[in-house]
Amino acid sequence: MSVAKPLPHDAARLHVTGAARYTDDVPTPSGTLHLAFGISRIARGKVISMDLAKVRAAPGVIDVLTAQDLPAENDVSPSNHDEPLLSDGTVHYLGQPLFAVVAKSHLAARYAATLGEVEYSEETPILTVEDALAADSRFEDGPRIYSKGDVEAALTAAPHRVQGTLVLGGQEHFYLEGQSALAVPGDDGDMVVHCSTQHPTEIQHKVAEALGVPFALVRVEVRRMGGGFGGKESQGNALAVACAIAAARSGRACKMRYDRDDDMIITGKRHDFRIDYDVGFDDDGRLCGVDFTHYVRCGWAMDLSLPVADRAMLHSDNAYDLPTARITSHRLKTNTQSATAFRGFGGPQGMVGIERVVDHVAHHLSFDPLRVRQANFYASPSHVQAMTAAAGGGPPGEVQGTKKVQTTPYGMEVTDSVIADLVEVLAERSDYAARRAAVADWNAKNPVLKKGIALTPVKFGISFTLTHLNQAGALVHVYADGSIHLNHGGTEMGQGLFQKVAQVAAVRFGVGMEAVRITATDTAKVPNTSATAASSGSDLNGMAVKVACDTIRDRMAEHLAQIYQVKPAEIVFAEGRVRAGGDDISFGDAAALCYGARVSLSATGFYKTPDIEWDRIKGKGRPFFYFAYGASVSEVVVDTLTGENRILRTDIIHDAGRSLNPALDKGQVEGAFVQGAGWLTMEELVWDDKGALKTHAPSTYKIPAVADRPEIFNVSLWDGENAADTIYKSKAVGEPPFMHGISVFLALSHALTQGDAYPALDAPATPERLLNTWLRCG
Amino acid sequence: MEITFRLNGEDVTLSTEPTTTLLDWLREDRGLTGTKEGCNEGDCGACTVMVTDDQGPKALNACILFLPQLHGKAVRTVEGIAAPCGALHPVQEAMVDHHGSQCGFCTPGFIVSMATDHLTGSKDHDTTLAGNLCRCTGYAPIIRAARAAEAAPIPEHMRDTPPSSFPKNLGGAKRGQSPHALPTTSDELAAWAVEHPHGTIVAGATDVGLWVTKHHAPLGPVAFLHACDDLKEIEETEDAIRLGAAVTISRAMDALPYEELREMFRRYGSTQVRNAATIGGNIANGSPIGDSPPPLVALGATLHLRRGDTRRALPLEDFFLDYKKQDRAPGEFVEAVTVPKRPDRLRVYKLSKRADQDISAVCGAFYVPLDKAGNADEPRIAFGGMAGTPKRALHTEAALHDQPWTIASVERALPAMARDFQPLSDMRASAEYRLHTAKNMLLRAVMADTGAPLSVAEVRAEMRA
Repeated sequence: MSVAKPLPHDAARLHVTGAARYTDDVPTPSGTLHLAFGISRIARGKVISMDLAKVRAAPGVIDVLTAQDLPAENDVSPSNHDEPLLSDGTVHYLGQPLFAVVAKSHLAARYAATLGEVEYSEETPILTVEDALAADSRFEDGPRIYSKGDVEAALTAAPHRVQGTLVLGGQEHFYLEGQSALAVPGDDGDMVVHCSTQHPTEIQHKVAEALGVPFALVRVEVRRMGGGFGGKESQGNALAVACAIAAARSGRACKMRYDRDDDMIITGKRHDFRIDYDVGFDDDGRLCGVDFTHYVRCGWAMDLSLPVADRAMLHSDNAYDLPTARITSHRLKTNTQSATAFRGFGGPQGMVGIERVVDHVAHHLSFDPLRVRQANFYASPSHVQAMTAAAGGGPPGEVQGTKKVQTTPYGMEVTDSVIADLVEVLAERSDYAARRAAVADWNAKNPVLKKGIALTPVKFGISFTLTHLNQAGALVHVYADGSIHLNHGGTEMGQGLFQKVAQVAAVRFGVGMEAVRITATDTAKVPNTSATAASSGSDLNGMAVKVACDTIRDRMAEHLAQIYQVKPAEIVFAEGRVRAGGDDISFGDAAALCYGARVSLSATGFYKTPDIEWDRIKGKGRPFFYFAYGASVSEVVVDTLTGENRILRTDIIHDAGRSLNPALDKGQVEGAFVQGAGWLTMEELVWDDKGALKTHAPSTYKIPAVADRPEIFNVSLWDGENAADTIYKSKAVGEPPFMHGISVFLALSHALTQGDAYPALDAPATPERLLNTWLRCG
Repeated sequence: MEITFRLNGEDVTLSTEPTTTLLDWLREDRGLTGTKEGCNEGDCGACTVMVTDDQGPKALNACILFLPQLHGKAVRTVEGIAAPCGALHPVQEAMVDHHGSQCGFCTPGFIVSMATDHLTGSKDHDTTLAGNLCRCTGYAPIIRAARAAEAAPIPEHMRDTPPSSFPKNLGGAKRGQSPHALPTTSDELAAWAVEHPHGTIVAGATDVGLWVTKHHAPLGPVAFLHACDDLKEIEETEDAIRLGAAVTISRAMDALPYEELREMFRRYGSTQVRNAATIGGNIANGSPIGDSPPPLVALGATLHLRRGDTRRALPLEDFFLDYKKQDRAPGEFVEAVTVPKRPDRLRVYKLSKRADQDISAVCGAFYVPLDKAGNADEPRIAFGGMAGTPKRALHTEAALHDQPWTIASVERALPAMARDFQPLSDMRASAEYRLHTAKNMLLRAVMADTGAPLSVAEVRAEMRA
């Protein structure tokens, strides 16, 4: 029985009928109280006084909490213990929670939270990359530097050399379901938290620390999130902790949801970057060396900024074999929201850096950028073999001399590259060459509307770079009627993880999907879990579930083999039946037989990713178990009177290995592409010079709407299996396709090309930025 | 206020504060949590419900819909889209089959929008779904689902009718008990407005809704306009169209015979917003970035104001005095706007970061009649986003008047634009960009008469030869 089926999301029917419950939909006990934060109105300084009399007197208010009222730890940081739940008197950004209102209703709490009278002594905030560099305001002592070879020498010796700078804006997650939490106090100090989070275990830890109790007293349950995208990896901590403290204090259930504006003003976003580059290359566009400097705006607290900035460095090569490279990364501390995880986790920023470099090189040589890309791709394993045999000139991606295996700038061997083959197929299927010529014709004839086309590759490393996080657990029960209770540490945020993992369980037991009951993620069932992040959900949890299922199945097989006098290996689980020689019983009857014979029908499963080791300080090792690949071609049109633009067509081929569920994986690719294109085009975060975020609602912050998807949108999966030993040879798919949006960005840049000046476009490429770039190059 | 409406086929009568939103009531009082709060300002569509009144079914945002606005209407939420027997609606089936939901949080809103389109036969999904944001799917599977469901028969339960009985008039007669009113004629409204000169008039609540949900602003006495039938009238004469103040943007879009105005309105807010927002509201709130004033000013529209029994009319542009200041006395209200019928030479350009459902950085409208010699004859040009109010470009108009309508003479007139406007920088655009693109819009207006493709919306991908 094959696991790979294009089945619908397990909750699809609940979604379409409105019956799917999210945290704010969970029925609450009577007397439930509601929380809202009062937030700072300055970006940097000290609180001199806080008069909360009007807050306390507001209708419906039960309690008001400040830092002084907290029972134990005042910290919600996922990393550095530098993120107080409520300000300790220092203000680090505009929007920082200062006090928490506990009231009889959500509206009463929100209204009262606006009534605080706070006196500040204001200091000049550090807002930009330039501000932070001038003040030497940073995390870690100095920049991290990863390098390969002598980049200085390579640059000096290179026949050609160009430099440039690229500014990349951040991105608001805009999960449709805002942050929310519900804490229900239990017996003798127990606390149950329902929360919209990708990381229930961290919520458990932060709540326990804030209450001053052992982890075992806190149970966190998450059935589903209304979108996460990294924004619910650490950003939900504050709500859950505040609710738990208020619940412990009042003895009543407490819940909190951020209004959208609060959500956008309080929580972190994608890191914005400035990337400086210096590249040397030969007459054929082969890169000799690239020197990158990343300036990463991390915001006020460390949060996950170090691994984000690391991952940006680790994707500075993207799909290209760089003979020499140096990446210098400055992690800058600013008085803005603490930038956090967001799909790709720094990878996209690093990748746009090298894609810009390649595009700039091609412009300098007057080449089609695709030619430069193909000249630098990591070789396919097939090419490596062919090269060894033929020992002569070869196709692009040629491996020189005796060096058979290419390595990344951080010393990892790239042995699984399919990029050259995949791009060849995509270029053919999308008719890239003819359309590029047609675009040139169009542009020659049309003075106002200009077209552009670009093909960009993706190679994305799969594994948490913090190696110990690459572990997962599962808990599976088979009940005596043959129904199966499935639980694992992964969380469902729409990506279809639960469905994919349930397909694994169904196949291991040879039963239909209806026999497998998917259950909410629960820290009491599977402990010590990692965040559902880094695209790792199905790789890790799928394997852990397989282990648990096989443990039970083997026990059943052993018992049934005795009954039916066959070898355990001859017991076949398929189509809801169990066959033993000539005998054939239902899976339910088999379960009942095992129960009656006192066979344990419950098991845990555990998995840890093999073969990875990584030294993030030295920048050497094998941080990733494997790479996921893909490529996209986008064609756009730009109005050179206003900068208005549109994506006309996008073609994508994406490598999901042997997909566990091709329908869900294709959905991830389509959605990620549009989200990635949004990041690089219309999604613009604007702060004023006081540090106030001016784009704090969908009225001012524009994510793509329905007509912003490409008018022609062809997405397919690459036909191949993972070279690494993953669950049914599938590949992780959550983050990698996000970076297909880069083809839109470079197509826009192509459309702006006129004459010799390189249209060095910054992101997001809003109409205004496009027009300015056009005017600058004209 | 005591109101009656029909909810998923069942009549509901309840007593409510005037500013309780349908969304809060559904989720917190009624226990119907299928309808979601995504933004609480009418920009994401997660709270979309279908409301049926005497003008038929339409999609609306429940988060900025006050309960009294539902009096006498029928509401259908996502819980009422599947048949009472539990059978899925064709759009629900199609969304499951085409993998149109991922996280599922926006899905109820999409389902209601799609079911409403299915009921009305609308097939322009890119337009009707522009007000439903999805962050997961990239929309492609949702559109595949919408198309797949088009031909399926309409389930009978979707044909809503208003409640079987409800008191028509919650205004005049009961005003003694409550300062809030639901008048059924503009005469009643006029009387109420004189009595409550600082009260709030609520038409579609697409702006006032946010005063409540975002700014916690007390509205004071409130009068709801939707039962004032005479304010919803559209009267067409030989040379003009008179739109009552409570005519929705959706209806105005169909009523006004100007192609580019219709296209601009197609991008104005979203379906849900256009179904609620009114032409009178868009003018009365005096926003410098409202999109209907520039084209209406360019066309030479007349505004009709009323206080008690006193009426007056003025050129629309004269209504806008300064930022947030209009020529409207306490107790006075916008009764109608009259738009002249002229040859369709209107050009309207709406510039925003996102094409659909975005507030304009600049909205430019150009009405340039030509005399027999091909010269501009009393051109009228108006902009939004360029000043504290919607404003005419009087210097530019003067520089163009009686000049040949050519690129060359337009280029000569462009410097006058800087005398007309000193725009501001904000999160939507810089002052420089606004001025530059305003000039380019005028260039586009003259280029448009040459017939070259000038909008990115008209361009298609290159295809295999």
